[in-house]
Amino acid sequence: MQRYIARRLVQAAVVLAGTSVLVFVLTHVIGDPVALLLPFQASQEQLAAVRHALGLDRPLWFQYVAFVRGALHGDLGLSVRQHVPALALVLERVPATAELALTALSLAVGLSVPLGILAALRRRTFIDRAALLFTIIGQSMPTFWLGLLAILVFGVTLRWLPTGGMGGWAHLLLPATVLGVFSAAGITRLTRASVLDVVAEDYLRTARSKGLRETAVIGRHMLRNAALPVVTWIGLELGTLLGGAAVAETVFSWPGMGRLAVQAIFARDFPVVQATVLFAAAVFVLATLLTDLLYAWLDPRIRYG
Amino acid sequence: MSWLRRDPGAAAGALVLALACASALLAPHVAPADPGIQDIVNRLAPPLSRSAGGVYWLGTDQLGRDILSRVVYGARVSLTVGLTAVALSAAVGTLIGVLSGYCGRLWDDLLMRITDVQLAFPSILLSLAIVAVLGAGVRNLIAVLAFSGWVGYARVARSSVLGMRRREFVEAARALGASHPRILRRHILPGVLPSMLTIASFSLGGMITAEAALTFLGLGVPASLPSWGGMLTDGAQYMAVAWWLATFPGAAIMLTVLATNLIGDWLRDALDPRAAGT
Repeated sequence: MQRYIARRLVQAAVVLAGTSVLVFVLTHVIGDPVALLLPFQASQEQLAAVRHALGLDRPLWFQYVAFVRGALHGDLGLSVRQHVPALALVLERVPATAELALTALSLAVGLSVPLGILAALRRRTFIDRAALLFTIIGQSMPTFWLGLLAILVFGVTLRWLPTGGMGGWAHLLLPATVLGVFSAAGITRLTRASVLDVVAEDYLRTARSKGLRETAVIGRHMLRNAALPVVTWIGLELGTLLGGAAVAETVFSWPGMGRLAVQAIFARDFPVVQATVLFAAAVFVLATLLTDLLYAWLDPRIRYG
Repeated sequence: MSWLRRDPGAAAGALVLALACASALLAPHVAPADPGIQDIVNRLAPPLSRSAGGVYWLGTDQLGRDILSRVVYGARVSLTVGLTAVALSAAVGTLIGVLSGYCGRLWDDLLMRITDVQLAFPSILLSLAIVAVLGAGVRNLIAVLAFSGWVGYARVARSSVLGMRRREFVEAARALGASHPRILRRHILPGVLPSMLTIASFSLGGMITAEAALTFLGLGVPASLPSWGGMLTDGAQYMAVAWWLATFPGAAIMLTVLATNLIGDWLRDALDPRAAGT
């Protein structure tokens, strides 16, 4: 187990280092930060002066080291528009994104795990077919369109819920549900498939033949084994959602990280875009790491392997 | 044609996708009007409105443009961007994955770490960041989507090559003196292609959604081209007064994506009987 954890930690560090290279290449090699900073009509002399002032005329490796050193100290540059640290702007948005992500995922898990289990246990019945229909439609429905339809029906026509903004559960309900539907479709499908995978296993027959009640067979033997892939999936989903749901946040004017990234792109505020991307990637790496550790703890084959 | 009866879902998917392709290819012949023509007097006309020129079956937008014609023309952008991005990412991903699995060692390690890094990025954010650097536009959009999609092919291709590399038919070809390129082309690649096709079919829907999402955010296809994502942007602004602006292009996206998912399901079951029904 310790060797597994050590190996996984090294892997996460490698991925984070690679992430920093990717972001650096994007911002310093492919894109020109100075051209993004200055207005379109800036002269060559102005460009050169700013380039020198920011140290962008130094060798690339030197710039990369400075970039990483800054990032490790939490310094991802100043916002071009608001002249405050870019990371501070991102961190300001974290609670809103986390609130939305956690609510959406709770709704999704609460609906999809029971639905997936029921569909597998009642295979080829009405409930199974209904679950399959839900997964395929849920996965095909673009979030932004579902969001617009939800606003149209519940916000504009029925006037039951606010159409956007943040504050109280009424504001949270529509965006969280809309965001949750897509996750729920994936989790339902995977839960159903994982339960079907274990449903014919020998240890279930053994458990039944030694006289265990059906609830104990399902709860203790079947679901524990079927849970492994589902836990991994939910972890990945959480990592993705915590990175900010750019589209859903924009549709519902939700003041989260995803919306910040979109606004920063339009404002040509590149340090903020860079900070959002790096932060989201770091959160995702952390979420996958924790998921893998949880998986190892749940699965004795890895725990003792 | 017996598969049509066995899998009505896939048949419906194929029908919808064929319809979308037909409207993309034949847009000028099937669209009732020019998608750019503005009929200001009849702006925001609801579906089935009559005008001097005929009937606006799906209504008009805020500039009086015929929604049905714009939905028909919008299929061009969605399918061109989606299919090109899928073809590019499938070709690059398969090539990298096959080489990675076949050559092994350092090359393999390096490539797998690169895929790890890329998988760590939420793809919509990565696309946003790249578009922010490169600028919006159809060509950049295709590049961005292809770049965010190759990893899946590479991973799967690599693992199936790893399984095939030591199989008898590959050993036999090698013993007979076949060159590496010949082994790759004649023996390895045909074994990898079915799973690549399945991934491609599923990813087409994802690409179409991503294109529409980026365009909806104002970072994709320019507003001068009629596109489903762009129509949704307009629709969002006129939501309170004209529901049809956002409803029909969104339905077009959903039906097309649904069709590609249904076909993907069918392909997976047909090519891998073990996964059938899961």
